[in-house]
Amino acid sequence: MTSFPFLSVLTLLPLVGAGVVAVLPQGRPQLAKTVALVWSLAVLVLAALMYATFQVGGPRFQFRESYPWIPIWGTRFTLEADGIALVMLALIALLVPLVILASWHDAGERSVPTYFALLLALEFTMIGVFAAADIFLFYVFFEVMLVPMYFLIGSYGGARRQYAAVKFFLYSLVGGLIMLAALIGLWVVGRGQLGHATFDWHELTRLHMNTSTERWLFLGFFLAFAIKAPFFPFHTWLPDAGGAAPAGAAALLVGVLDKVGTFGILRYCLPLFPNASKYFAPLALALALIGVLYGALLAVGQNDLKRLVSYTSVAHFGFIGIGIFAFTTQAGTGAVFYMVNHGLATGLLFLVVGMLVARRGSALVSDFGGAGKLVPLLAGVFLIAGLASLSLPGMSPFVSEFLVLLGTFTVNKTLAVVAVLGVILAAGYVLWMVQRATQGALNPALEKIDSMRRDISAREIVVVAPLIALILVLGFYPKPVLDVVNPAVQATFSQIGKADPNPTVAQGGGK
Amino acid sequence: MILTQEALKLPQINYVALSPMLILFGAATVGVLVEAFAGRGRRYPVQLGLSLVSLVAALVMVVRVAHTRELTAGGAVAVDGPALFLEGTLAVLGIVALLLVAERSLEPGGPFVAVAAVTAGTEADRVQAQRRDAGTEVYPLLLFALGGMMLFVSANDLLTMFVALEVFSLPLYLMCGLARRRRLLSQEAALKYFLLGAFASAFFLFGIAMIYGYAGQINFAAIHEAIQSSTNDRILLYLGLALLAIGLLFKAAAVPFHVWTPDVYQGAPTPVTAFMAACTKVAAFGALLRVIYVAFERTAWDLRLVIGGIAVLTMVVGSVLAVTQTDIKRLLAYSSIANAGYLLVGVLAVGGNGNHDGLASSMFYLVAYGFSVVAAFGVVTLVRDADGEATHLSRWAGLGRRSPLYAGLFTFLLLAFAGIPLTSGFTSKFAVFGAALASGQAWLVVLGAITSVILAFPYLRVVVLVWLSEPGENTPTVSIPGALTSAALAIGALATLLLGIAPQPLLDLSSRAAEFVR
Repeated sequence: MTSFPFLSVLTLLPLVGAGVVAVLPQGRPQLAKTVALVWSLAVLVLAALMYATFQVGGPRFQFRESYPWIPIWGTRFTLEADGIALVMLALIALLVPLVILASWHDAGERSVPTYFALLLALEFTMIGVFAAADIFLFYVFFEVMLVPMYFLIGSYGGARRQYAAVKFFLYSLVGGLIMLAALIGLWVVGRGQLGHATFDWHELTRLHMNTSTERWLFLGFFLAFAIKAPFFPFHTWLPDAGGAAPAGAAALLVGVLDKVGTFGILRYCLPLFPNASKYFAPLALALALIGVLYGALLAVGQNDLKRLVSYTSVAHFGFIGIGIFAFTTQAGTGAVFYMVNHGLATGLLFLVVGMLVARRGSALVSDFGGAGKLVPLLAGVFLIAGLASLSLPGMSPFVSEFLVLLGTFTVNKTLAVVAVLGVILAAGYVLWMVQRATQGALNPALEKIDSMRRDISAREIVVVAPLIALILVLGFYPKPVLDVVNPAVQATFSQIGKADPNPTVAQGGGK
Repeated sequence: MILTQEALKLPQINYVALSPMLILFGAATVGVLVEAFAGRGRRYPVQLGLSLVSLVAALVMVVRVAHTRELTAGGAVAVDGPALFLEGTLAVLGIVALLLVAERSLEPGGPFVAVAAVTAGTEADRVQAQRRDAGTEVYPLLLFALGGMMLFVSANDLLTMFVALEVFSLPLYLMCGLARRRRLLSQEAALKYFLLGAFASAFFLFGIAMIYGYAGQINFAAIHEAIQSSTNDRILLYLGLALLAIGLLFKAAAVPFHVWTPDVYQGAPTPVTAFMAACTKVAAFGALLRVIYVAFERTAWDLRLVIGGIAVLTMVVGSVLAVTQTDIKRLLAYSSIANAGYLLVGVLAVGGNGNHDGLASSMFYLVAYGFSVVAAFGVVTLVRDADGEATHLSRWAGLGRRSPLYAGLFTFLLLAFAGIPLTSGFTSKFAVFGAALASGQAWLVVLGAITSVILAFPYLRVVVLVWLSEPGENTPTVSIPGALTSAALAIGALATLLLGIAPQPLLDLSSRAAEFVR
């Protein structure tokens, strides 16, 4: 195993990139775009190297690095990755260059270098949040992440962007500050029990708390993550933010940033507060199930493409929540794999929607109609993205959804059966959306718009091709991801004392 | 008989340990003489040089006596960790505020006039407002105020504390009325501050009388003894402490003694507002901490629900009213009120179990907040049009397009006020909330978190205005600051960043200093 400090370089590289891009001259937008793209590709290469270096079957946490930071509080700059974090890091590193490429013309009249610097700054915070193994450090990234996203939505978004940006920021901040209180509480408890101040994840997972303290602290963390994910009923900011954000930022928002919520539940809520997690599991499952159905129903009723995709994500996060709180390795692995696939599929869907919206100048489904006749290839890609998002067998989201439902079925049949309704609804809203937008009689208004005659460009093909390829490859051969994720999920559930009834089944999923 | 013997015996005075404030008082007196004898043209450079040199000298002396832990001047003044830490803080923040006060490139002749009391709108007032070579009276006033604040945080008996209170309050009242622009508003602020301040002083004095009635002493250590051993009826003690607290909480701008804050912050010349927001807070909380933990430790613990209630009120009222503000100076004033609430959370954290984290974190908070708030008001002085500063929020729309550098700086400071990590606003909140939770004040921490969210809303509104709105016709340009303001902004912003990323040295320092002598 190499001693190269993968994680710290991976974290800091985009930050340096953001600084470099930010100071590039305003008058040369092409230069800023190119530098940002090359920079993000360098991050991708590094992440790929790291993925290859990760020892499958080795220790759960690898690439540990730890540097002193604020000794008096016991915070350290500690980075570490288990399988779950690793796949999320890979997803980020993959999505950011594609988003940069997809956002080539999105900055409009506003400052181009700033836009791409913000994207790289966002990448820095996203990598940091998944790589942190010191809870204080995690919190720092968790909160700082809001700032670039706030400006991406607020400065570069569509209609009602200011409202959406402020709503996004405040919602996240509510959760964040409540979590801060819980975090401090955890720290105080830890200092009392361990005799020294620490934020180290490993040390804090060994604490024994009395029941009420544990429950309150769990709720503090869970609330923040439930808002972030978002779970019903904390989801109302997502359609606004996703609807107003520029397509690239929306893809990152829904594809990666929201995963911090589900990741946080897996990494922090469950191991830190095992008993409280079990106590509150029925509540979380109920919220997740409502999210699956409610998100899907709302998605059916949307006329705005970006809001529609945002609501589908609420439903998808419900599935992930069910997978986590079912407490079986199968469902948990499915949930983590779902996080990856959702990033790929919904990221793809958002980017394609962005391409359509950029051509039409409107995000309303009713403003399209028969668009497939003008842009057949783009419409085809739109259909593929939609099918991936509804978990068509043969595509990777199917594998994860299947694992979640299977793993849930072994412990709670009713829940699994009701959740299957969500799958049916998903087929409904996706297919109806695709049909209304691209099939049927051509909307005469479309013909008058010159840009609607341009089919998918070479740049856009480069954006969508890797995502489609990955969705198909992982749909047939999910092993590389599942092998990495499975041990980490197993370890998480063994930490809360939920031994898996049948741990080997996960290997066979997706066949 | 004993009385005469003691009266004849002069108390030992450790002049070196007291030198920071002595230097400032001396320089201030010299400054008054400069006003009397130096020619008009020479006063500005002389006064500025004198003030800067004396503040730096005071700071140097604080560092040199940093290890002193003793009572001096017959037990009237304590030179201990918190006193020296806060004296140093006052000197540093005083220097930064002085840089803003001394800026003359934004407005010919600087933002001050010479005489506060000329009736606004009269011919004499117009003449005065047009003079370019006056307005240097503010420097000795500033030095007197700073010297008084230093004495205030180190006073070890109630009468010394009262004298110090007056010594720093009177120059502040006067400074509020010295604005060159918007004279009427400035005078109104000065008068309001003076009248309410006089009330508060009266309460304070009355409280001293009550406590003297209970304990028969005014010395903090003696009061502490008396509370342990006295069998007197405690009603006098509680009443006295309550009245004393009113006087101190008035200066700290805690609810319900905050009503002066928005008006005074708005009306006072902005550099003075910056000075008050940073240094008066330090002085008020420094004294509050000392009174509570040296003299009234047990009693304060009995009254923690009252103080906690005031803290909650302060946080809630400050943050909720900040939401409705349309003037940037008033917004910052309400934010300063809310911050007083967070500081009170820190004050409470000291209580009960002798845990000194609360004291250390409160002092850290004072430093962190002081730097940020001085820089924030510094930016406010830059946004101006032909009529002076444009403080109405609607005028700030689209400022980010016109001057991205200063808009970015201000945004950074607002994020710090909102407590976003990697700024001192986060580390200081963490320190205070951590100490409070450790001493069992979970409910205060939760309320602090909730009010922080409320408070974030007005900050975000400003950010939205500055960056996300289109510049209007009457969006003023940002004046290019002179070297002095630039230096103040750079120091303030840099400190906000450094204390957010690497707070360890200052945390160490405040932690080592966090022990009162009794």
